[in-house]
Amino acid sequence: MSILKIDGVTKTYANHTALDNVSFEIPEGCIFGLLGPNGAGKTSLIRIITQITGADSGKIYFKGERLKPDHIKDMGYLPEERGLYKKMKVGEQLLYLAQLKGLSKQEATSRIKTWVDRFEIREWLGKHIEDLSKGMQQKVQFIATVLHEPSLIILDEPFSGFDPINANLIKDEILRLRERGATIIFSTHRMESVEELCDNIALINHAQKVLDGPVKEIKDAYKTDTYQVIGNGQLMVTSPDFEVLEQHSNHGIFRANIRLLNNTSPNDLLRYLIQRVEVHSFVELVPSINEIFIRKVKETTQHA
Amino acid sequence: MHKIWLIIKREYLTRVRKKSFIIMTLLTPLLLAAFMILPGLLISMSDETETVMVLDESGLFEGKLENKKDLKFVPLAGTLEDAKTIYQETDNTALLYIPEMTLDNPQGFTVYGKKNISIQTQVRLENILEGEIENQRYLASGLDREMLKKIKANVNLTAINLSDQGEKDNNAIITSVAGVAGAVIIYFFIFLYGVQIMRGVIEEKTSRIVEVVISSVKPFQLMMGKIMGIAAVGLTQFLLWIILSFIAVTGVSAAFGVDAAPSPAAQYAAGQVAAQGEDLETEDAAAVDNPQEQDEFASTLNDVKQSFSNLPIALIFGCFIFYFLGGYLLYGSLFGAIGAAVDNETDTQQFMMPITIPLVISFIMSYSIVLKNPDGPVAFWMSMIPITSPIVMMVRVPFGVPAWELLLSMGLLVAGFIFTTWIASRIYRVGILMYGKKINYKELSKWLFYRV
Repeated sequence: MSILKIDGVTKTYANHTALDNVSFEIPEGCIFGLLGPNGAGKTSLIRIITQITGADSGKIYFKGERLKPDHIKDMGYLPEERGLYKKMKVGEQLLYLAQLKGLSKQEATSRIKTWVDRFEIREWLGKHIEDLSKGMQQKVQFIATVLHEPSLIILDEPFSGFDPINANLIKDEILRLRERGATIIFSTHRMESVEELCDNIALINHAQKVLDGPVKEIKDAYKTDTYQVIGNGQLMVTSPDFEVLEQHSNHGIFRANIRLLNNTSPNDLLRYLIQRVEVHSFVELVPSINEIFIRKVKETTQHA
Repeated sequence: MHKIWLIIKREYLTRVRKKSFIIMTLLTPLLLAAFMILPGLLISMSDETETVMVLDESGLFEGKLENKKDLKFVPLAGTLEDAKTIYQETDNTALLYIPEMTLDNPQGFTVYGKKNISIQTQVRLENILEGEIENQRYLASGLDREMLKKIKANVNLTAINLSDQGEKDNNAIITSVAGVAGAVIIYFFIFLYGVQIMRGVIEEKTSRIVEVVISSVKPFQLMMGKIMGIAAVGLTQFLLWIILSFIAVTGVSAAFGVDAAPSPAAQYAAGQVAAQGEDLETEDAAAVDNPQEQDEFASTLNDVKQSFSNLPIALIFGCFIFYFLGGYLLYGSLFGAIGAAVDNETDTQQFMMPITIPLVISFIMSYSIVLKNPDGPVAFWMSMIPITSPIVMMVRVPFGVPAWELLLSMGLLVAGFIFTTWIASRIYRVGILMYGKKINYKELSKWLFYRV
């Protein structure tokens, strides 16, 4: 069951197209990576989902229903450009934002308590935002995003501005939220965190979706049947079934990237190698999301 | 509605709890009280009884110099040298020396003092002596001064409106004061709090909180919540100013034993007396010394009170509230739109112009044209056009405005602020998410028709 279904969404501004007939689905309970270079249309799409702006055409379904204003209270949004009222106290600010999401005062107050205890920031409650460091402000804003326990959490570049320790803290929180059943959309152009966290991704470039699906399937689809072999000896591949893409040799130790051709299996390659050299390591080369991303972006940019 | 209420509450509470708000609210009535009390206090401090010793060698003024509350005369006898010696031993203000003289040629009056004798005292003595000489000359020529006073005429025009509603007492000046006061308050309120709306929007925009908030509420709700919250702040401040001013003025005057500050009516009355063509220089002395003129003063005061009670207070107050809120809403939403269109306050100048110009023009026109001719064509049209009507109509209302004009003007104002709010909300919803772009009017007009 998908929590969010985006169906043919198009959005144009005066002089450019931000989204061009974009469709994909986000399964419930997953961490979904919305990827794309800067200016690809990620933020436009997020603003349409959070109903800050409307689409020119296309439909969006949230939990099977057409998107409507009432859904907002079931979403939490952390924008890329963080911001809080500088002159307000942390406690008041969290209470205000939670109440705007429809939480009652008592409910909001008790949840704020649990969260500040978990983040060990209880003593900040009476401080003004402007007196906090940037990282502290980000923590407060993260709490504000998830305080009303939304089932869809949208995080735009959530790790920017965090030091590694706090980034890990937020990462753990994201995983914990997924365990509790929330779906997380995670918009970024930094790929390191994607492979670690995301179950599914969609890649947007030049206003168009170029790729989407579960991370594992995408990686499988982009596998090139290439294996990296490290071993001892003089490697000379003469078989037409195997293509050597790259080969280095140093003090008798070689390293080679070899692709399988003509439907041969890795075992065929191993057998072929064992007869000729001493194999120390044999690893399948799986493209990283980053490589797929760069390749896809280059491809689609050339087409465009 | 619940969310708008939350926004109003936040806008209101964060502003009302600011130190600057509390200081301004407390300080202004105190300053006002100080301004009203100080002159009175200073006068009363110099208000000690002065004693003037008189050596009258002419005998013309013997027994004629009456003691006043704050001015006493002590007759002396003997030579001038003796008198000087006696005077030196006292604390008295001055020694007045009247040499041998005749009524026809009263010359040689001299006043001696240990310190400089104030101009005020000199003028006062001169007036008293002049008056007495004139009195004696009248007597000598067989004329009775009292008789002359009865002959002297004093004309005070009472203007009456012969309108459909029957006769109405009409005092143009009082009416003007009432109208202009209302207009001035509206003018300042729009500026003071309109700019606060603008600043608030810019603050939300530059601190980037706006994207978080409008993922929870509609931009229109956020804008209206802010406008209404700030209106409540303004009303609170005005109300507190009125209450605190009253307490401060009465409290301070009671503490210092000074007559409560001259009310506008009394000030006006003083002006009226002065305007009657009386000789200003002698007025101070005359007004106090002459019981008849005091009567005149009192009667003018009564006229003023009468004029005030003749004004349709309920109507004026009702109109004030209406135009106050209408004008604020009309301009407030435009100020909000400006705040949304720019990135920081320095960029607001070009957009402020078209808002400030109608306000300033209607203010100037109110003084220069509308007051002189409250029923003329300029007054009529400016009180119909919504961008000028809150100020101009407020000036006209106390003079009496036909019901249809008033209703039409109010209707147009309502239509006007619905229209500006619509424009503002279109600009606002685009502008608050737009960063780093230099905005011009062409761009703004495009925003009106964006589909968002």
